Amino acid sequence: MEQQRVVLLRRSFLAGLGLAVGGLALGVAEAAPPAPPAPPTPSGATVQPGLRTGVFLHIAPDGTVSIVCHRSEMGQGIRSSLPVLVADELGADMARVKIVQADGDKAYGDQNTDGSRSVRGGYEPMRRVGATARAMLVAAAARKWRVPAAECVAQQHAVHHAKSKRSLDFRELVADAAKLPVPDAETVALRPASELKRVGGPLPLLDGPAIVTGAAQFGADVRLPGMLTAVIAHPPVVGGRVVRYDGARALAVPGVKRLVELPAPKGVGVGFQPLGGVAVVADTTWAAMRGRAALEIVWDHGENASYDSASYREALSRAVRAPGKVVRKVGDVDGALKAAARTVEAEYYVPHLAHVAMEPPSAVAKVDAGGCVVWAPTQNPQAARTEVARALGVDEGKVTVHVTFLGGGFGRKSKPDYVAEAALLARELGAPVRVQWTREDDVQNGYFHAVSAQHLTAGLDASGKVTAWLHRTAFPPIPSTFDAKVKTPSENELGLGVLDLALSAPNVRAEACDAPAHVRIGWLRSVCNIFHAFAVQSFIDEIAHARQADPREVLLEVLGPARKATPAELGVDKVPNYGASIEQHPVDVGRLRHVIERVTELSGWDAARKAGRALGLAAHRSFLTYVAVVAAVSKDALGKVKVDEVWLVADPGTVVNLDRVHAQMEGAVVFGMSIALHGAITMKGGAVEQTNFRDYPVVRSPEVPARIHVEIVKSDAPPGGVGEPGVPPVAPAIANAVFALTKTRARELPLRRLGL
Amino acid sequence: MIILKVNGAEQKLEVDPDMPLLWVLRDVLGLTGTKYGCGQALCGACVVHLDGETVRACVTPVKRAAGGSVTTIEGLSPTGDHPLQRAWVELGVPQCGFCQAGQIMSAAALLRKNPRPSNDDIDRSLAGNICRCGTYTRIRAAVRKAAGLPTE
Repeated sequence: MEQQRVVLLRRSFLAGLGLAVGGLALGVAEAAPPAPPAPPTPSGATVQPGLRTGVFLHIAPDGTVSIVCHRSEMGQGIRSSLPVLVADELGADMARVKIVQADGDKAYGDQNTDGSRSVRGGYEPMRRVGATARAMLVAAAARKWRVPAAECVAQQHAVHHAKSKRSLDFRELVADAAKLPVPDAETVALRPASELKRVGGPLPLLDGPAIVTGAAQFGADVRLPGMLTAVIAHPPVVGGRVVRYDGARALAVPGVKRLVELPAPKGVGVGFQPLGGVAVVADTTWAAMRGRAALEIVWDHGENASYDSASYREALSRAVRAPGKVVRKVGDVDGALKAAARTVEAEYYVPHLAHVAMEPPSAVAKVDAGGCVVWAPTQNPQAARTEVARALGVDEGKVTVHVTFLGGGFGRKSKPDYVAEAALLARELGAPVRVQWTREDDVQNGYFHAVSAQHLTAGLDASGKVTAWLHRTAFPPIPSTFDAKVKTPSENELGLGVLDLALSAPNVRAEACDAPAHVRIGWLRSVCNIFHAFAVQSFIDEIAHARQADPREVLLEVLGPARKATPAELGVDKVPNYGASIEQHPVDVGRLRHVIERVTELSGWDAARKAGRALGLAAHRSFLTYVAVVAAVSKDALGKVKVDEVWLVADPGTVVNLDRVHAQMEGAVVFGMSIALHGAITMKGGAVEQTNFRDYPVVRSPEVPARIHVEIVKSDAPPGGVGEPGVPPVAPAIANAVFALTKTRARELPLRRLGL
Repeated sequence: MIILKVNGAEQKLEVDPDMPLLWVLRDVLGLTGTKYGCGQALCGACVVHLDGETVRACVTPVKRAAGGSVTTIEGLSPTGDHPLQRAWVELGVPQCGFCQAGQIMSAAALLRKNPRPSNDDIDRSLAGNICRCGTYTRIRAAVRKAAGLPTE
């Protein structure tokens, strides 16, 4: 765990949060974080090293506890989870706790809400915030009563001394406690886990009432006096620019105020910069949309205008049929393949995907002499602040980023291009501006999940045991978005299912193959684990069928016995391991085997299959969490594959909010089904061919299985990720079930494009 | 001028009669509980009731609502405790929450016509409402709970 200490809060900071000045306030100052976490966070998204102060807790004179949530709420329930760690350590009554959403500020440490790391990063630091305040309140009470602090306990918003049957409410202790020296967080005792009364249970959904009444404010819902709305015609091809445009018809639309040409991105990569294009600014969204439809723009489509998904697929396929850069090596794969009794070989393909969060990108900005204030549904408020400052050419200190609710994020809203657009337009118009992306903009101008090809070859001995394993992966890497020249997958991306895959085979080699990018590549929920798990888990199923053996037994055999796989065993210098230490979060094959055994038990894997129904299995470790999935499929009246039932068993280590963990896993099944059945973004002439949910469908209610069973393994291991790791095993489990049902092997996704 | 009732209150509007009801609600009346998700009647985030029937506000010109009565999520229940809203909170349905107003408005219309819906009825009636977070199984359970049916 990072080094940290607790400091008293600056008054100005409190005022900025809208909290009463006075009372007791605490924050955590962290040392520089260790290795950058995966998915790779580019410059601008990373935190400057060095000592930072931050604020997380304030207790007002009336005893009201305000806890800052510094991570963005996008459906994972973080506002209902992280603050409870503080409250439980403190001994606070949740009825007297207020949750305050943090603005973007490096003082909070990392705020980039991606990589499934809010709880695993915050579990101990948040407890230390609560424990430190508790120690001070207890000390104040002990001093007042002249009793040893060790005889006092804090619970239900009061400090109690059992021997003398005395109690003082936090309210009555705040003033005295605030005068005490702040103890060193390192020496403050945390409560034993058994004393954390709420943590681990099904915690209530803090924001549920606001959501179901329409009161919750998402980015698109912010309304300021005199606010205008902008809709932007972005270049259809990344790197394209406006040659000229005729705005006469657009300006003639009633309500349209101005047309503004936005600058094209500069530098070696587009990064988080706005894409450029022409903005139509109007008094209503409707007028702006009509104005945009009336714009006539001549584009120079630039260097990416020849990007074509059909030919790119062939190029990816060629890339994985040739040797690539060796990134993992143990034993002698070539020798073992020559000596093998038989080999199994397959190539897999997964297309580009789009996030399509229900809320398309939107942000509100206001610029005046004092600086810029934005309201944004952003996963990464610090990157938003940096990008807005860069776009305006002002110091970051002049930029305030308020974080609204996010109508879904899935990685898209880590990239603040749309926030910078709002800031540029607000300055230009001299009025508050709300930028509204249309769904078409979202589908066509996003940061896409990488298209990929995977080649796998296995050598089997006479008994069928895998002795050699060769994996080649090719995909345009995320770093290409920040430096267009980069075409080799990064170590962090390879750490998502290639470098960290434990195998029993003594001879293993993995190679990364080059693939240049022609669109903005971005991380999407579970990132490269999507295609790596699809390929590996499908391939192991293929080996099982080639051997006419039970896929579960073969999967367990290929993974090997319960053990902690070391970098030496894996054949790598270092396992990226999502930025976590391998000692704290080992590659624990025993935990993966356990979820496989448990999910096959729950799903009746060994029972006779009903006619017309088949099961498929897949398992994958990602974001330090172990997940196994069994899908049951049959055919519907039209002969299309239907997913009838899904079982998912996850071991995410220590759990804070059990109901939200269940909810994330249920949602991951549906998200994974959309990838398996529907998702495909394709390019022609450098532009996206899909437009909206009509041609980029996602799962709807009639496709949802009758039952999604989720079981969470009880564990006291350090917390792993929750938001993403449920996704990767879903598509291969479905594809494996489809093979069991139809004998058609889906080596590419989505299944609907194969007529399944 | 277009005159209509929104959540029981009469509104006199000087707007383009072709403006979709969605933007009248959000941009003119400031009722932002009804969401924009697709603009093409594909996702259901904008579902409201017009004279008791569900409509997609994003493709309903406001002139079609002239003289009519519109109910949005803000007006579903004056105290925010419609049985569906209660069930939604009790069963922890929402994740990001963006689609849920549309889901609840579709479900409210379903329950008015079919007070004891089967899972298939629910799936069919809500097929036009996308939830990208994937809360569908809890939506099913919450509709059944609101209807007084067993949630399984």
